[in-house]
Amino acid sequence: MSDPVSALSGASYDGFVAVREIGPLGMITLRAKAGTPGLEAAVQAATGCAMPQVRRIVRQGECAVGWMSPDETLLVLPYGGVAAALTAIAAALQGQHHLAVDVSDARAVFRVEGAKADQVLRKLSPVDFDRLEPGELRRSRTAQVAAAFWAEDGGFTLVCFRSVASYVMGLLSVSARPGAEL
Amino acid sequence: MSTRLKSGGRLIDRSAPVEFTFNGKRLRGCAGDTLASALLANDQMLVGRSFKYHRPRGIVASGAEEPNALVNLGAGARLEPNQRTTTTELFDGLEARSQNHWPSLEFDVGVVNNYAARLLPGGFYYKTFIHPRAAWKHVFEPIIRHSAGLGSAPKDRDADRYEQAYAFCDLLIVGGGVAGLQAALVAGRAGARVWLVEQTAHWGGRAPVDGDVIDGQPAADWVEAAVLDLSAMDNVTLRLRCMAAGSYDHGYVLLDEKIADHTPGDGRPKHRLWRMRAGKIIAATGAIERPLSFAGNDIPGVMLAGAVRDYVVNWAVSPGDRTVVVTNNDDAYRTAIALHQAGLEVAAVIDARSIANGPLPERARALGIRVETGRAIARVKGGKRVEAVEICHQAGEGAASTTLPCDAVAMSGGWSPVVHLWSHCGGKLIWDDGEAMFRPDPSRPPLTDDGSAMVLPAGAANGALRAAVADADAQVKIALQALDIASEGDDPPAHVVPDESALEPVWIMPQGAGIALRSKMWLDFQNDVKVADVQLAAREGYESVEHTKRYTTLGMATDQGKLSNINGLAVLADSLNAKIPQVGTTTFRPPYTPVPLGALAGEARGDIFQPLRKTPMHDWHQQNGAYFEPVGHWRRPYCFQRPGETPEQAVHREVKNTREALGLLDASTLGKIIVKGPDAGRFLDMLYTGVMSSLPIGKCRYGLMCNEQGFLSDDGVVARIDDDTWLCHTTSGGADRIHAWMEDWLQCEWWDWQVFTANVTEQYAQVAVVGPNARKLLESLGGMDVSKEALPFMGWADGTLGGFACRVYRISFSGELSYEIAVPASHGAAFWSMLHAAGAAFGAMPYGTEALHVMRAEKGFIMIGDETDGTIIPQDLGLDWAISKKKPDFLGKRGQERSFLANPDRWKLVGFETLDGSVIEDGAYIPEPGMNANNQRKVQGRVTSTYHSPTLGRGIAMGLLRQGPARMGEVVEFTKMDGGVTPARVVNPVFYDKDGEKPNV
Repeated sequence: MSDPVSALSGASYDGFVAVREIGPLGMITLRAKAGTPGLEAAVQAATGCAMPQVRRIVRQGECAVGWMSPDETLLVLPYGGVAAALTAIAAALQGQHHLAVDVSDARAVFRVEGAKADQVLRKLSPVDFDRLEPGELRRSRTAQVAAAFWAEDGGFTLVCFRSVASYVMGLLSVSARPGAEL
Repeated sequence: MSTRLKSGGRLIDRSAPVEFTFNGKRLRGCAGDTLASALLANDQMLVGRSFKYHRPRGIVASGAEEPNALVNLGAGARLEPNQRTTTTELFDGLEARSQNHWPSLEFDVGVVNNYAARLLPGGFYYKTFIHPRAAWKHVFEPIIRHSAGLGSAPKDRDADRYEQAYAFCDLLIVGGGVAGLQAALVAGRAGARVWLVEQTAHWGGRAPVDGDVIDGQPAADWVEAAVLDLSAMDNVTLRLRCMAAGSYDHGYVLLDEKIADHTPGDGRPKHRLWRMRAGKIIAATGAIERPLSFAGNDIPGVMLAGAVRDYVVNWAVSPGDRTVVVTNNDDAYRTAIALHQAGLEVAAVIDARSIANGPLPERARALGIRVETGRAIARVKGGKRVEAVEICHQAGEGAASTTLPCDAVAMSGGWSPVVHLWSHCGGKLIWDDGEAMFRPDPSRPPLTDDGSAMVLPAGAANGALRAAVADADAQVKIALQALDIASEGDDPPAHVVPDESALEPVWIMPQGAGIALRSKMWLDFQNDVKVADVQLAAREGYESVEHTKRYTTLGMATDQGKLSNINGLAVLADSLNAKIPQVGTTTFRPPYTPVPLGALAGEARGDIFQPLRKTPMHDWHQQNGAYFEPVGHWRRPYCFQRPGETPEQAVHREVKNTREALGLLDASTLGKIIVKGPDAGRFLDMLYTGVMSSLPIGKCRYGLMCNEQGFLSDDGVVARIDDDTWLCHTTSGGADRIHAWMEDWLQCEWWDWQVFTANVTEQYAQVAVVGPNARKLLESLGGMDVSKEALPFMGWADGTLGGFACRVYRISFSGELSYEIAVPASHGAAFWSMLHAAGAAFGAMPYGTEALHVMRAEKGFIMIGDETDGTIIPQDLGLDWAISKKKPDFLGKRGQERSFLANPDRWKLVGFETLDGSVIEDGAYIPEPGMNANNQRKVQGRVTSTYHSPTLGRGIAMGLLRQGPARMGEVVEFTKMDGGVTPARVVNPVFYDKDGEKPNV
């Protein structure tokens, strides 16, 4: 098997903030109704994280778990750990109605970093960043496509669909051009 | 003549000269000038020609309300037409050209011949459109296009960039005058999240010019301190050059921020459009002065009184050495006093009122200024600039008693609050008799989500023309209370202005003016609408103000009637013998002043105009001659052109090669949705017309999806993965829609069914390996068993090929031996390259969507969007075999049982073979004798897919024909664009491998 290649092979842009595509990153969509027996154990086993509260993301080392909807969580983990995580989830949720599926390759992930990182996203997403709380995961859009993002490590991590990665890279770069600080 | 004064000018920096050109003439101004003030400083009184009559036009105003002084600004890729000189900040190297002149600004044919005035009476457009169209096309339009029109349309791609940004606040305060500043101070101190925006480059508005005293200090000092205070507050955002264009539902406001208009080419975005969501909006937008309607009020040198003192005080520019002030109120005396203080001569103040003895008139008299009460201007004399005014009695018909030589006229008809933001979203107005103006009706505000007022007007915008600070203080406290934000109960600072006596409404000057004078009284300067035109409209029966507006074009110019609307409707009311509030205003619509299209487009241009979806193999395609076509938001290769090939030749080569050797197709765009759960089988049986619950694990089945009406919506192959998991393939364009459709049914209708879905379209790169050599290629790679026995037609299996983990489906859309292979997208490009490298030995070539289309058409396979158009049911396409007769229900079942859809007379799918081997034209109809009720030819069918088949060497087609399958062998005729017909025989739609043996080997 070849080495996995992320959508933009780690493209980057340095403007008044730094934009770079990261990944490939492991991602699992886990769908199960809240309160499904074994759900917390499954998430714990796959990522070491507790279940997040509504609209929150929790991190534990290299893994994170985000609340996506009342019956959907996003598991973020190293690319190579997906198969083992899926096995662990299947074991913990044996006999329970759920869906766990590898979406690592369906996504592109960006880091937007710098003191004014929020300004780039303010241009693209109808989100009140003054009110974005620590550990809050927002599902929104960047310009014309769906995106989810959260603040961490002095910047933002942004997830979008793989096919529109170059569009999103274009958006972030144009918005980060020097002279366009808000 | 207009000139720069020796001293003064609070906004200019004389030590920083700025060079610019007007119509190619090199001129000088100062830093801080607007283009208008700089033009006046250079005695450029004549700045343009009017739209219809080509009358000479000068600068009338000093702000956003300017109707006349519009220019083409910049050149080439930075050309912007219709830019208001009064709001354009001067910068070094600015290039401006006047508009609407032919052949030159100084000498204009339109006026010399005076043909325009005869050609274009009031109601011209209405009357012209009613008359024969030929007259418009051949007579009027060419002349109007040549002589009228505004600025020139830019021909180059805009060199600048624009962006948008989202913002949120508790309180958006629009207007940085003293009212807005006071509101911001109160709200800022209360801790509210505040935005204060001002459309000009300066804080303070009119108060510093008018000499107001606030909190015991000159207004300018108070403003400076207030801005300093506000700048220190973290919760307050201050934006200059930021215009609130419109207010919309739920506190949504668009703000147009001019960032680099005055510093072109410095690398910053030219404009930024803020998309603001505000808890409450304070409209501290001030007021606009009204002109007076007297004959010749459009001659260059006639200006608004407030503008005249703006030019004197702010920019040290005198519009003339000798000015006549004409007014119906006390405020205009400020202008007379300001001119006098600047050492200029005021020939007289002509006051239409019989008494003028308030503090301001008395002060003017004390300065020795001549005040004439009960008088009016009968007419202004002059052509390209004012030479004199004739004075008469306001009560009379205009018989002149005196002529006063002068070179400027400062007029004031009172002030009108700027109510746009209040009105955009439904706020109502009431007529204020005392000030003769419409102001916001506090009992009928625009409402927001909770039913409370969304906009609160403050200061002059609320009709508080003389106590702006106190009114703003009261309004902002109401807003804060509504937002549940506690504010300090401090009294507002004292805002001291002289008392003013009542104005006297003057809509026509003199009041008994005859038709000759009324035909020279301009209401709308930009669109050339006069008092006589509105009166004509009233006589011709246009009683509604909205009709009169459209009939006369009053207020329809780029200034949207900021100066003309109130005067116009007052004249209309008078003509109709109605009261002004009964006539009402026209509708206020965003934007307040024009917003560049670039700002509305924001970042969406060039490469990021629209999201283009790319598969993992996209770069390879680009490097290998792909000729792309859009499929949804995807870009897919239509074909891969080799050097010297036309796309058509490439398609033919790709079809033949695939049928004879080996073709490789990037099928990654195909939708892939996982459906899992105990009720998944039951769910899919409802969604598809066929049965999916009975599909054995490891097998594939073709399925059709219909909407509730029974019309075909999508199709694709479904694979059973395990006991409770299915994978549904959708069309490339349909994946998101079908996924949403599934979730809609699961969340809204069958919420108790245990089913989860996931759209994994982009998780996989998918490659179709197609052709007689397909198996040979896969076997050469090493890995899983792909033999007929291990992996039969319509089966699937997981395994590896050439070291890549993959899932292989034995499905065929081409009619050949075919494998569709899915690998994780991160490995897609490598997998695709490997197939090409290893496939070379077997004659592999990539093929595109057109070859795919041709091959499926040769096989008689339908294509969603070609054979279907939202009105087609599966039965129309002969797909009855894919509809379960046993199932009690599925989406669309009852729809298909409706009488019209069950009608045996419906157009049904058949194949067509042209008699001469030619290709039927796209979209061709099959007519039949006779005409329908609309006098159009009757039709009995149409083509849906038509191609040249490289395999058969002739034209083939599919189409819909009334009772088609019963008419095999019949010859029908298809229409042609050139009027001829293409005869074709009705045949079976399967042209190639009728028994389907080829894929099943």
